[in-house]
Amino acid sequence: MAYKIKETTCTGCSACQNECPNNAIVEKNFLFSIDPTKCTECVGFFDEPQCVAICPIPRTINPNPDVPRFQAAV
Amino acid sequence: MDSGNLKVVSLLRVMRPAGQGSGSGCGSKGGDGKSGCGSSAGQGDLSPTVWEKVKNHPCYSEEAHHHYARMHAAVAPACNVQCNFCNRKYDCSNESRPGVVSERLLPEQAAKKVLAVASTIPQMTVLGIAGPGDPLANPEKTFRTFELVANFVPDIKLCLSTNGLMLPDHVDRIAALNIDHVTITINMIDPNVGAKIYPWVFYNHKRYTGVEASRILSERQLLGLEMLTARGILCKVNSVMIPGINDQHLVAVNKAVKSRGAFLHNIMPLISAPEHGTFFGLNGQRGPTAQELKLLQDSCEGEMNMMRHCRQCRADAVGLLGEDRSAEFTTEKVMAMEVTYDLASRQAYQEKVEVKRQAVVAARNAELATLAGERSDISILIAVATKGGGRINEHFGHAREFQIYEVSTAGSKFVGHRRVDNYCQGGYAEEDSLETVVRAINDCQAVFVARIGGCPREGLKSAGIEPVDRFALEYIEQSAIAYFKEYLARVRTGELMHKLRGDADIRQGALIA
Ligand code: SF4
Ligand code: SF4
Ligand code: SF4
Repeated sequence: MAYKIKETTCTGCSACQNECPNNAIVEKNFLFSIDPTKCTECVGFFDEPQCVAICPIPRTINPNPDVPRFQAAV
Repeated sequence: MDSGNLKVVSLLRVMRPAGQGSGSGCGSKGGDGKSGCGSSAGQGDLSPTVWEKVKNHPCYSEEAHHHYARMHAAVAPACNVQCNFCNRKYDCSNESRPGVVSERLLPEQAAKKVLAVASTIPQMTVLGIAGPGDPLANPEKTFRTFELVANFVPDIKLCLSTNGLMLPDHVDRIAALNIDHVTITINMIDPNVGAKIYPWVFYNHKRYTGVEASRILSERQLLGLEMLTARGILCKVNSVMIPGINDQHLVAVNKAVKSRGAFLHNIMPLISAPEHGTFFGLNGQRGPTAQELKLLQDSCEGEMNMMRHCRQCRADAVGLLGEDRSAEFTTEKVMAMEVTYDLASRQAYQEKVEVKRQAVVAARNAELATLAGERSDISILIAVATKGGGRINEHFGHAREFQIYEVSTAGSKFVGHRRVDNYCQGGYAEEDSLETVVRAINDCQAVFVARIGGCPREGLKSAGIEPVDRFALEYIEQSAIAYFKEYLARVRTGELMHKLRGDADIRQGALIA
């Protein structure tokens, strides 16, 4: 599982991008998206997913159902 | 600039900054003993060093607002706090009009834009970074922009507006970059009040809610303020007045920020309507009336300098008050421009402004001298139609705002603005637009204009506001004092009954359209 940005409600404020510890959030023409191969759900860094915690618009960053839950490397 | 310095020294004694003046009591604001009774209120409580830094700053002096311009660079989109008066789909409403989206610039684009504007408009003296989010939630973009501008346009003053949450972490960098003004928006010092204003803050990698969020925010704001003033960086505090939530509380905020060295406090009315989509707007939270705002500002004034002239300008506007030139400086146009930076012509312009300013002050002081010896409890408000320059030089029907002056035997002082829609818009005056004006200046005894038509003249009179055009093109304060003398005489002979007038409306929206 990674996180995913809902384009229709995202304002493009970039706050999530500044906080991501994995540089998983990319911007193209003011559209922000999360690279599922880089997102670790913040596991190993912080207790809460940083992008979700700072995003000003409720329910804009949600779990990505297409991607299995991140497993911290052992 | 030797001659410039001489002028400055003489101005120190006579000028008034930021729309604050002598007040009506003598003892209340002795400061360092410089201000006497009314006539030489000068820079009020401000020390000469502070006044030197702010006198050409459009945000700190009402009358500099007409001669100088500031621009904002929208390089900071992210924010780390949620305010109930803000709709995050748009720009931060602390420093701009709600419901406006500005273009977003990269630091390099912003620097080029500043250079282009400064080369074209000699009045442009200040660059602010205030949003659209919080500059210190975007520290890299913000400081990169300041660095570039300081390199290319060295005579521009830099200023920064922030919600204060991250301020303590950046004080050293602010000092190193020579940023000489910082504005912190502080709406409460009591977390229980804050909980009604801020649903959450993002701090230390965590989202905090409720009272705890406001406790963190308030601690960080006050700490940041103390750290800045300890380094000699000027701090202004903005507060948004929210009736029923923090209106009474702002008196305590005023004391708290003054004791920590803020040099100016700007209490702004909440601008709130459902169409802004803010929490307050959607929940019917109203903004204050003109009288409520003035009462609060008056009750804080004994404590420190109040700022009365803030129009909550649109953050991305470029140019002097009332003449937005931002269309000339779109990102596309700016990137294509060839600019040469002419420092000499900028300085020449600024010297001319100094001369004009001194004339205004001299005229006021001369008139004030003739009031010496008069004692009366009466004080009146006068609305003035002006295009700037300290003169009554606007037609009633063309006025987009009125400046409000309070006059008593202690002197005259600027106490605020009232916005009105163009009364003449579309050529013919309509009845309801006169009503709009009357509602906006309903607390005034008179309105000074350069000219006025017959219809509105009658309308004003029946509303109990005297239209006055005999001071057309004269200096505002000089005329206000002259009018007040006659007013007192008329009351004394019984020709006139002095009555307190009613309340007035604060209209929504910023003046720079
Ligand atoms: S959950 Fe964490 S790692 Fe994943 S995108 Fe958000 S901030 Fe980055
Ligand atoms: S924080 Fe939310 S609104 Fe802002 S860019 Fe990220 S997803 Fe979009
Ligand atoms: S928003 Fe207020 S402080 Fe800023 S330029 Fe306008 S009047 Fe000045």
